[in-house]
Amino acid sequence: MSETAVIPHSPTEVWKLPSRGIVAMACLILAESAIFIIFVVAYVFYIGKSVSGPTPREVLELPIFSSICLLSSSLTVHFAVSALHDSKRGMCSLWLGLTVLLGGIFLAATAREWYQLIYHDGLTIKTNLFGTTYYSLVGLHATHVVVGLFMLSLALLFSLRGGLTSNHTERLEVLSLYWHFVDAVWIVVFLVVYVLGR
Amino acid sequence: MATQTPVTAILDKTPASPPRRLLFQVLHDWLTTLDHKKIGLMYIVYALIFLVIGGLEAVLMRIQLAIPNNHFVSPETFNRLFTMHGTTMVFFVGMPILFGFGNYLIPLMIGARDMAFPRLNAFSFWISAFGGTLLYFSYVGGSGLYGAGSAPDVGWFAYAPLTAHVFSPGHSTDYWTLAVLLSGVGTVGTAVNIVATTLCMRCPGMKLSRMPLLVWLYLITSFMVFVTISPLTAAQIMLMLDRYVGSHFFDTQAGGSAVLWMHFFWIFGHPEVYILVLPAFAFANEIIPVFSRKAIFGYPAMAAASVCIGFISLSVWAHHMFTVGMGPGANTFFTLSTMIISVPTGIKIFNWLATLWGGKIQFTTAMLFAIGFLFQFLIAGLTGIMLSVSPFNWQLSASYFVIAHFHYVLVGAILFMIFSAFYYWYPKITGRMLNERLGKWHFWLFLIGFHLTFDFMHIPGLLGMPRRVYTYEADRGWMMWNMIVSSGAIVQTAGTLLFVFNMVRSYFKGAIAGADPWDAWTLEWSTTSPPPEYNFAVTPSVASRRPLWDLKHPEDPDGNYE
Amino acid sequence: MSTHRIGSCLAASIPFDSAHGSTSVFSPAATPAHAIYSLSMLVLSITAAIFLVVAGLLVYVLIRYRSRASDTEEPTQIYGSNQIELSWTVIPILIVVMLFLATARVIFATESAPKPVSAMDVTVIGHQFWWEYRYPGFGVVTANELHIPVSDPQHPTPTYLTMSSADTDHSFWIPRLAGKMDLIPNKINTMWIDPPATGLYLGQCAQYCGTQHAKMLLRVYADSPTDFAAWIKHQQQPAEENAAVAEGRTVFQHNACISCHSVAGTVATGRFGPDLTHVASRDTIASGAIVNTPANVRDFVSDPSHLKPGALMPPMHLNDHDLDAVTAYLMTLK
Ligand code: HEA
Ligand code: HEA
Ligand code: HEC
Ligand code: CUA
Ligand SMILES: [Cu+2]
Repeated sequence: MSETAVIPHSPTEVWKLPSRGIVAMACLILAESAIFIIFVVAYVFYIGKSVSGPTPREVLELPIFSSICLLSSSLTVHFAVSALHDSKRGMCSLWLGLTVLLGGIFLAATAREWYQLIYHDGLTIKTNLFGTTYYSLVGLHATHVVVGLFMLSLALLFSLRGGLTSNHTERLEVLSLYWHFVDAVWIVVFLVVYVLGR
Repeated sequence: MATQTPVTAILDKTPASPPRRLLFQVLHDWLTTLDHKKIGLMYIVYALIFLVIGGLEAVLMRIQLAIPNNHFVSPETFNRLFTMHGTTMVFFVGMPILFGFGNYLIPLMIGARDMAFPRLNAFSFWISAFGGTLLYFSYVGGSGLYGAGSAPDVGWFAYAPLTAHVFSPGHSTDYWTLAVLLSGVGTVGTAVNIVATTLCMRCPGMKLSRMPLLVWLYLITSFMVFVTISPLTAAQIMLMLDRYVGSHFFDTQAGGSAVLWMHFFWIFGHPEVYILVLPAFAFANEIIPVFSRKAIFGYPAMAAASVCIGFISLSVWAHHMFTVGMGPGANTFFTLSTMIISVPTGIKIFNWLATLWGGKIQFTTAMLFAIGFLFQFLIAGLTGIMLSVSPFNWQLSASYFVIAHFHYVLVGAILFMIFSAFYYWYPKITGRMLNERLGKWHFWLFLIGFHLTFDFMHIPGLLGMPRRVYTYEADRGWMMWNMIVSSGAIVQTAGTLLFVFNMVRSYFKGAIAGADPWDAWTLEWSTTSPPPEYNFAVTPSVASRRPLWDLKHPEDPDGNYE
Repeated sequence: MSTHRIGSCLAASIPFDSAHGSTSVFSPAATPAHAIYSLSMLVLSITAAIFLVVAGLLVYVLIRYRSRASDTEEPTQIYGSNQIELSWTVIPILIVVMLFLATARVIFATESAPKPVSAMDVTVIGHQFWWEYRYPGFGVVTANELHIPVSDPQHPTPTYLTMSSADTDHSFWIPRLAGKMDLIPNKINTMWIDPPATGLYLGQCAQYCGTQHAKMLLRVYADSPTDFAAWIKHQQQPAEENAAVAEGRTVFQHNACISCHSVAGTVATGRFGPDLTHVASRDTIASGAIVNTPANVRDFVSDPSHLKPGALMPPMHLNDHDLDAVTAYLMTLK
């Protein structure tokens, strides 16, 4: 058989496949979750195993306000997507801006917490197992927040310059998926570090 | 219901031989390509280069071990050799070669023009390639500024606390960590691509239940990548933090746990071996039916068994840790979960047998390698069962019996199936047939070499020879066996060289293949060999699992039986 | 048991000899190793049976259904059969259940065996490339050669090993006595052995622990009760003071030796290296890698990496005179 056999065939049914972007983001989230699980397992495994102080009970305070900020940014990013979907571009910018702001507050609160811990409580990643697992888990999450904020800021920039249209809804939705994931992870981190670990 | 009317073949109008170009242009083409076929080929060639390097390391080790108290290499060198051999073979041969074939074949098999994310695809390849290069750069840069380079010598699973700064000073271990981490990033990238491609790019009519089994298995493999490579990435990040910023994850002096690393590594490590073997199963699922001239037996069971293997394999990792002192409860649990894997795996073996049953088996080189695979995988699986019996494992673990077990899978099953895949798809990739006469020589030489090496390797293990020893005592009675094992490695080398020769020669002199030399049934054979850049002139659409069978047998299309 | 017969055939066809120096897993000489041996015979026979059936089918199929030159038609296409597939799901499940139950029994019999009061405790500490043994009941510390009493099956006196590591992971493996058990820093593992016959049982470290993992050999001497009692009594003595080697002792004590080695009753109290109080009473040095002769000891002390490259004892740069003196001193530490 030296000739190529091609099988053209007019599709009888509508051939609909899922969106690439969303599938890819779902995969990425799956992979990222696995990374977080390992860090969480390490955290839980080492709770109370530090050979020297300070202990979580002595130095950690519940970050209630910043957590509320981060979690509500999930809502705002959702509204941003809806707004874009309905071609309300001004609203979209507004919601995006709010999201970035809330995320920024969270990040600032984390920075403050770390500053306190390092300079007042003398807890660094080298101090003990608590420091090791705390900074790496919270830091890993914070890194994700930073990445998310960067992308959201880009989106905001495009949106402000009028480059974001309802054609881009899917892309913004993919980004919002990531942001929801970052928020969901925070719930786990919060429970493990500030509730269970204390 | 879905019968279809085949339309006369449409000829592809691309010029047969494009005008010659400058070498530089060709190079530029390849380095910047986003075409899934070219990226796939780069993956494959890159893996082949590393296969030769890793094989060379194995041969050096075998020379050292051929006789007791040998001084061919120093203990330090030997320890580096097995670390580099294991790391290279798993991360820079096994993974890239399988992803290479996946990259090349999946779009062709599902009737797509490219992968879902061509740019991500190129990125994944280059980052993996960079990882491999970095690993070998350690030979010159491993000790940093202090002096001569040195490769890592912590073993491919790099147990803590040997990887801590006190026990592994210098930078060699950092190179290892970084190389593995980067290859992991590339792997996840490719896996994302494969999932997105198979879920979102199938041609009309290609329902999930009509996808070729190869694509199914790659899909499962990719899902496994997400949940297994990521823990490794996490563990490597922790190790890096330990080594660079002084954290204490695996620092036993500060209360850290060596066992935690073992868990993290094997949570990755065990599913990893199935990640390596599933694509080999995937090749078998395509090649065995074609050369038996029969449809695969029990398509749904084959797909379901693979899914089962994927899930169960996530719960068996601690069978690598039976001697760590986990206690009778955990040992019992992991014995059971490990043994259960033999059920879905058995289904696969039996379904392949049933596919052969009643067929008209053609002993092409590709088929010979596939039969070798069946036979050897059976034995490897059974030695795996012996190892899973935890009390027996207390004797066999970390001995040459384990080495024999896993080379039986990694070489006897996976490498054999990779060779088979080369003989099967080389015509599609290059447009020329591999020489069958040389191929048969290659097969028999490699088969003999393989069995000389790895059959006899079980015995020193049973006689108490531990792995990772650079030499051994003369009075233990291990010498004869090691001698045979080493001589087998030489025969394997000869076989491999023949294979390389065949590939090169056939590229220039091989018989012209044509689009469909094996009279096969999946979509990749419906386009020219090699396929044009856009794969299909017209997007195909399918009505069954074997579209070309339907085309060739319009009176009895497959769709009737699915 | 018929499985035993298959086992002995297997063992006979390949020389898994039980002669002196053997480390074969098929010549068990203590209860844990015996239990594993019997289980392994069961497993080997079941897997052999599976192999024969499946490989037999494969060979049959290949011969029976090979294509012939006369073939022109495609064979009948068969797509699957639920019944058949069910059968080859259920049968393996049954085999697995059986194998699993047999295994679980041995796991618990070995790992959860009640410890008799007559048991003797030894603490084993793995070091990079040598073994430290402590007998807490007797106040004895020694290195590299483990002495235990034989255990009469009527009145068992098993030895319980409590194991940990001072640096990296190691593994204690004497194939004829028991399966291996890892020594892991920050973790305490236990295992027990009870050889009924006197003799020397060999093995070696089975977990990669660094450069000289290959020469971290194990020697277990099972002594008769009287021999063992005598040995313990001797080990409890402080080091012999011999005026003839006073010079060697001075060299030893004025060099870094004492910061790494202990010699009971002297200023040497280091714990980084093997205890040398009775080093001359051992058959080997450097963890079984070197025969204990004056010449070898001298060679080893002058530059350990010469005989055991990668050993963590640095070359001591002693001159010939001091070397001779120190060697003479060490040889008196009976
Ligand atoms: C691709 C590679 C691959 C594959 C597929 C397997 C498959 C299996 N492996 Fe293997 N294994 C490795 C690669 C692989 N392994 C590697 C690399 C290591 C060592 C890593 C290192 O330490 O460096 C290792 C080590 C390893 C160990 C740890 C040894 C030790 O270090 O102490 C164990 C223990 O349980 C084990 C068991 C098994 C089992 C039970 C299977 C099963 O999946 C096999 C199932 C198949 C069959 C059983 C045959 C077919 C079935 C039938 C015909 C049905 C009837 C059969 C029955 C009912 C029994 N393997
Ligand atoms: C895919 C995986 C893979 C493959 C294919 C192989 C292939 C081989 N392996 Fe490997 N091996 C591992 C994976 C693999 N191995 C792993 C994971 C380990 C564990 C490492 C660790 O403990 O950390 C290991 C460990 C290991 C050991 C144990 C070392 C030790 O514990 O001390 C030995 C010893 O014999 C060995 C031998 C061999 C041999 C003889 C081959 C042969 O099949 C190789 C045959 C040769 C070739 C295929 C290439 C031949 C070509 C040439 C030599 C080219 C010559 C070139 C020119 C002239 C230009 N391997
Ligand atoms: C930095 C630590 C260190 C110093 C200093 C040191 N040793 Fe050692 N020594 C070791 C270690 C570690 C071993 C075990 C080596 C091995 O088997 O891998 C050892 C082993 C030995 C052995 C063999 C013991 C046995 O039973 O196997 C002798 C004898 C010995 N040392 C003598 C000496 C003498 C004499 C000196 C001084 C001149 C000395 N050592 C200085 C660390 C040291
Ligand atoms: Cu100690 Cu290997
Ligand atoms: Cu495994």
